[in-house]
Amino acid sequence: MFLEFEDIGKRFGEATENEFEVFKGVNISIENNQFVSILGPSGCGKSTLLSMVAGLEDTSEGAIKLEGQEITGPDPERGMVFQQPSLFPWLTVRENVMFPLKKKRSKKEAEARAEHFLKMVHLSSSSSRYTYELSGGMQQRVAIARALAMDPKVLLMDEPFGALDEQTRHILHRELLSIWEETRKTILFVTHSIQEAIKLSDRVIVMGTRPGRIIADFSIDVPRPRARDDEKVIGWEKHVMELLEKEIDKVLKEELDNESVSYN
Amino acid sequence: MNLSLITKRIVFLVVVAGIWQGIYALNIFEDIIFPSPLTVVSSLYEGFADGDLVTALGASFRHLFSGLILAILFGTVLGVLLGKSREADETAGMYLVALQSIPSIVWVPLAIMIFGFSEAAVVFVVVLGGTFVMALNVRSAIRSVPPHLLRAARTMGVSGMSQFFRVEIPASVPYFMSGLRLAWAFSWRALMAGELLSNGPGLGYSLRYAQDYARMDQVIGIIIIIGVIGAVVDQLVFSKLEKNVMKRWGIL
Repeated sequence: MFLEFEDIGKRFGEATENEFEVFKGVNISIENNQFVSILGPSGCGKSTLLSMVAGLEDTSEGAIKLEGQEITGPDPERGMVFQQPSLFPWLTVRENVMFPLKKKRSKKEAEARAEHFLKMVHLSSSSSRYTYELSGGMQQRVAIARALAMDPKVLLMDEPFGALDEQTRHILHRELLSIWEETRKTILFVTHSIQEAIKLSDRVIVMGTRPGRIIADFSIDVPRPRARDDEKVIGWEKHVMELLEKEIDKVLKEELDNESVSYN
Repeated sequence: MNLSLITKRIVFLVVVAGIWQGIYALNIFEDIIFPSPLTVVSSLYEGFADGDLVTALGASFRHLFSGLILAILFGTVLGVLLGKSREADETAGMYLVALQSIPSIVWVPLAIMIFGFSEAAVVFVVVLGGTFVMALNVRSAIRSVPPHLLRAARTMGVSGMSQFFRVEIPASVPYFMSGLRLAWAFSWRALMAGELLSNGPGLGYSLRYAQDYARMDQVIGIIIIIGVIGAVVDQLVFSKLEKNVMKRWGIL
């Protein structure tokens, strides 16, 4: 298998009184060149799981393996796009995309790569601009180009379009799919939007919360581009909605119990 | 700046001078403690014409620049150390705040005892005036580097020293600029305190000299120069620089 999660568990505040188990016993196998979404309500640990693949977060139990190699820390072979674009404001758009290539490739080569991937996200005309001059959607496209420029084996995306408006998000969905079709990178995409997951992915992994765990895992066998009113798409959305409703109810109930407001 | 803004400011200045002249004309105060605006202007003109004020200004800027450069240097090193090492900050950070709260004039007797009535004593006071505020700002500059930028850098294989130079230093430039502006302001005040009690040359020394000879016109004239330089340097150099950086860094 390309990317393997073996019995992954995560606890915060380990061996202290407020130890908190986010999830445990997570097993996933992901094939190369697939577009996989991890979907779940807030607090299920989906972002933590992605950070573990990036090597930014340690596993408390188990191991994650990429092509058989255990992940122990961050590495350019795993590119990440965050919810915040996280671009460097003191650099131009081009220099931002060249940032991970410094010392690894010649300047000329780095420039050519930056140009290539900026063209892919339709921003080659903005390559000399600074990030404060760009809209949120444009910034996120630069972040995608920057991650791709490293030529990673897998592209990790942590709710990359969560902070964008509806229209921009639709445009970026289209762009991301065409990038994926062109590069065939394995994409691991974390989102809380059911529509987004079903619209984009080959495979959707649904996580529940308290405790965090996988509650469903299915392949979406609808040809792309997927229309919003496609019956199969609507069917999948309904199915996932039902699955998640129970989880969301559970969270709500717990939160309301904690409040225990009295009206007398 | 639009024209009406400049007009408003000039009119205000004219009105203040007019009121001043009016009170002078009433002859309530003796000339020696209340000179007319015209006397002040002419004494300023005299001072520049015979070169006394030019020499004093030159000396003051010499003290300021040597002191400020040292203050920026020491302050930056100290600030980076405290910003990067929690241990160092827990141990010494509190004392830095204490040192910063000491008015610079307090250092003057110490400086005179070490360096005598020399220019070195003045520079010493300027250095102490600027170093601590610079250090405090550099410390917060290093601390306020957005963690998401550091995480992003790590996923691109940039960590350790190369992360410090390629991410932390450039990311802390905006607060570094604020530090520069404050270090300048504090050094300028310290400079005047130091020079007032020195044996010259310098603007502060000229000010005390004028006092010794009961030249209120010169005293007021020099106070005006000190105020104008302070405002002009802050507005035209440091505030502008800081604003440009803040904009570029997406903070404004």
